[in-house]
Amino acid sequence: MNAVIRACGLQKSYAGQRVVDGLDLSIYKGECFGLLGPNGAGKTTTLRMLLGLIAPDAGTATLLDLPVPQAAREARIRVGVVPQMDNLDPDFSVAENLLVYGRYFGMQDSEIEARIPSLLEFASLSHKRDAKVPTLSGGMKRRLTLARALVNDPDVIFLDEPTTGLDPQARHLIWQRLHELTRQGKTLLLTTHFMDEAERLCHRLAVLDNGRLIAEGSPRALIETHIEPQVVEVYGEHAEAWAHEHAAGYAQRFEVSGESAFCYVQDAQPLVAHLQTQSALRYLHRPANLEDVFLKLTGREMRE
Amino acid sequence: MNHFALPRISLRFIPIWRRHWLVWRKVAAPSILGHLADPVIYMLGLGYGLGSLLPQIGGMPYITFLAAGTLCYSAMNSASFEALYSGFSRMHEQRTWEAILNTPVTLDDVVLAEILWAATKSLMSGAAVLAVIWLLGLSHAPLSLWMIPLSLLIGLTFASVGLIITALAPAYDFFMYYFTLVITPMMLLCGVFFPVTQLPQGMQVVAGMLPLTHAVDLARPLMSGSVPPQTVLHIAVLLIYALCGFYISLVLFRRRLSR
Repeated sequence: MNAVIRACGLQKSYAGQRVVDGLDLSIYKGECFGLLGPNGAGKTTTLRMLLGLIAPDAGTATLLDLPVPQAAREARIRVGVVPQMDNLDPDFSVAENLLVYGRYFGMQDSEIEARIPSLLEFASLSHKRDAKVPTLSGGMKRRLTLARALVNDPDVIFLDEPTTGLDPQARHLIWQRLHELTRQGKTLLLTTHFMDEAERLCHRLAVLDNGRLIAEGSPRALIETHIEPQVVEVYGEHAEAWAHEHAAGYAQRFEVSGESAFCYVQDAQPLVAHLQTQSALRYLHRPANLEDVFLKLTGREMRE
Repeated sequence: MNHFALPRISLRFIPIWRRHWLVWRKVAAPSILGHLADPVIYMLGLGYGLGSLLPQIGGMPYITFLAAGTLCYSAMNSASFEALYSGFSRMHEQRTWEAILNTPVTLDDVVLAEILWAATKSLMSGAAVLAVIWLLGLSHAPLSLWMIPLSLLIGLTFASVGLIITALAPAYDFFMYYFTLVITPMMLLCGVFFPVTQLPQGMQVVAGMLPLTHAVDLARPLMSGSVPPQTVLHIAVLLIYALCGFYISLVLFRRRLSR
């Protein structure tokens, strides 16, 4: 199968600091592919290189079978982008934002006008057609940005943290729309900090850290490969002391973070039975998830 | 991507120019007032006030002398404000450029659109001042209509040069230096208010190198209905400033936005 987006040994440094370090990626048609990583891992720089907005120091990339950045302009005719920061035109109405943006793709006004009603419907913004951008809520602005990215009916859509800063209702609506896009056969490449989002949306994921790819696969496969299947979180003032004394006896692996202990286990029953006798501690038993994998791979310390 | 590559010109600037035009149309009334208020007040205040104390200059009343200079500096100001403040806002604050650059448009197209748009503002400003000149009866020469394309040329020159500053600016405050150290001295040294020949020899040489001097040297004869001497030289100087400004600002923007 031919990759829609392909990166081969991509490298980029800023001021001597290696931001992306030998990255290989292949993303296939109809896939929703997630790039995960802590702040500064190189996610946005990777997106910018794959869009052909900046040139790599080494390595090659293709977007829709065209080499980027050399033929980036041609490739971007069939690409939509939802950027991390809002850059809608604040002076324009919702419909004008779509009209003006469509023109950058060389579309005729009549062609764009004909698409606007369905784009607004997709973004649940039909009733806001003539509203000015500053009067929209954060969720509406994001939806308009998504509609704007679809104005040219792209084959590939890049989304840089599409739900950051949104309330749960707004996030769920965006997820629903992104699902719909993958059902239509579009290829999605997104970055996110939300593991539940990645787990829910993405067919495959890559975890970046310090510009390197440290894991790749489906959410399920990553959880199965990298981590014990069960997690017991233990809370309370005495959790740390308890963990140092007892956790090793029950858990294959444990981590202490503040007043919480995270125990990763194959079989949670003996640990849960023990915890039931500890009245000073509260606990939560759950299956392992992507966040556990992410924290194991990239560590718990802050990256700022 | 080579930052020093020559600009690649295409018609893709047109949808970007139309975007700026659509924004402007929404604020047209205050904008036109802004184009007119400042130059008209200078022209009337200094022209009649100072003019009543002065004998004729070069065979024309002082207000007529001043009018041609005012048109030029007004065109210079329009393009400069647009290229610096509005351009910076589109590049940095509103991230309009970022949105546009995600489409099949290049930075070369975006910068060209900025220059042509800022020059359009100069054209509008020059035309508005010319209308006032005609209404006041300061000129009836058909040749004075050439001041409209001249306003566009002045706009191209100062937009291109101004964008160099925009490309280097960390924040809006930075533009103060340019206006204080470049634009205001040009307004005072380039023959807007008095003939350059009144200046000491050394300053005349400096004034001769500045673009506004050449714009004024074209405008003043046109106003009184004669073909300017050394037309080609003056146009060439303005064009050279425009082309160098375009190239240098583009290189700087490529560098700035590749980070």
